[in-house]
Amino acid sequence: MAESVRQLSALMRKEFLLEWRQRYALNGMLLYMVGAVFVCYLSFNARRGQLTPIVWNTLFWIILLFTAINAIAKSFVQERAGRQLYYYTLASPQQIILSKILYNTALMLVLAFLGFSVYAFVLGNPVNDVPLYLLTLVLGAIGFASSLTLVSGIASKAENPATLMAVLSFPVILPLLLMLLKVSKNALDGLDRSVSWSEIGTVLAIDAIVLTLSWLLFPFLWRS
Amino acid sequence: MKKNWWKALGVIILTYVIFRGLLGVVPRQPILNESIRNVYFHVPLWFSMIALLLTSAIYSIRYLRNGRLGDDLVAVEFANTAILFGLLGCLTGSIWANFTWGEPWPNDPKLNSVAIGMLMYMAYLVLRGSFDDEQRRGRISAVYNIFAFAVFIPLIFIIPRLTDSLHPGNGGNPAFGKYDMDNRMRMVFYPAIIGFILLGVWITELRVRFRRLKVALDD
Repeated sequence: MAESVRQLSALMRKEFLLEWRQRYALNGMLLYMVGAVFVCYLSFNARRGQLTPIVWNTLFWIILLFTAINAIAKSFVQERAGRQLYYYTLASPQQIILSKILYNTALMLVLAFLGFSVYAFVLGNPVNDVPLYLLTLVLGAIGFASSLTLVSGIASKAENPATLMAVLSFPVILPLLLMLLKVSKNALDGLDRSVSWSEIGTVLAIDAIVLTLSWLLFPFLWRS
Repeated sequence: MKKNWWKALGVIILTYVIFRGLLGVVPRQPILNESIRNVYFHVPLWFSMIALLLTSAIYSIRYLRNGRLGDDLVAVEFANTAILFGLLGCLTGSIWANFTWGEPWPNDPKLNSVAIGMLMYMAYLVLRGSFDDEQRRGRISAVYNIFAFAVFIPLIFIIPRLTDSLHPGNGGNPAFGKYDMDNRMRMVFYPAIIGFILLGVWITELRVRFRRLKVALDD
């Protein structure tokens, strides 16, 4: 147990180091997020608080979705096949997928919180229940990271990973996205929290399903 | 004949279902009127689609366990038939919705969920198309197939029940069988489910045999 935790932390450390050494990729993603927010702001040409809450909320999650797909798509393509083979000789595939998911969750958290603050800054912040909204951001980051990591692993094996990543991930991510939209809309309207518990439960259940499946299926994926 | 009795059974059941479905006596409900007959066709199509997708996922799991290409072939053909049944289910549903709910595609969570599900399985076919190597294609698409099935089930069974839906049995509506169906209708409805599943298996079996012959001829 202690040994596997040590391996996991070593793999995580590798992911962070790799990202830190290729800072242009990280900066690119941050800029992508901010740029997307700004494009939406200018396209709607909205003065603060003019968007209706539904549009405000949906727009934010769609920006987050596209950022997530772009950010996570590269988690398997940025390293060469030979080097990946080397990792597989060092650690079990479960640890590799787990470290990637954890790393991507951290990345998504950074992107989501940054995106939220920029978005609220330029488009106004109509959220009534901010802690609950932040909780949906955390749940969304976990869910996006765990389902998209496996899908990016699948897509990276194919001929044109970029298109395939979008095609494969949109339908898979939609149930999660719909539930998140619902909870975050409740948070936005400042409804009583008891209204949202069942949806939060469903989001947690979907997260659990997706995590377990990634854990079970990834060993079959890397062998090819 | 010994091996093919189930095909005969399927034909007999479906003939019975079509005759009883179109000519049999049905209870007269408000709004539904004669369109209640669609319950013999629309609902069993969905049930058999789910059964076929489940079988497809099971064959994908088998493929991952033993690596026999035959299992992968069976899995993809079950998924193909399931997509066909899904499209037919959408079509019969549209006709029904047009007469009872006033428009062919009302904005209903169950319909949208199913549309997403169809997208998911079409993506599965696109994914298969993008590999040349058979083993690689088999393994990766099997992984996606299992993943897709596991997401499809909450999508079609849980989410519509949490939101407001026009469909019976969802969003607090009572299930269809509770008030609208009488025992005469059940005599047709339950066999119809079995009949459509048998038809789906038969179509799949023919396609699998065709594909096996093609593989044998190519070698």
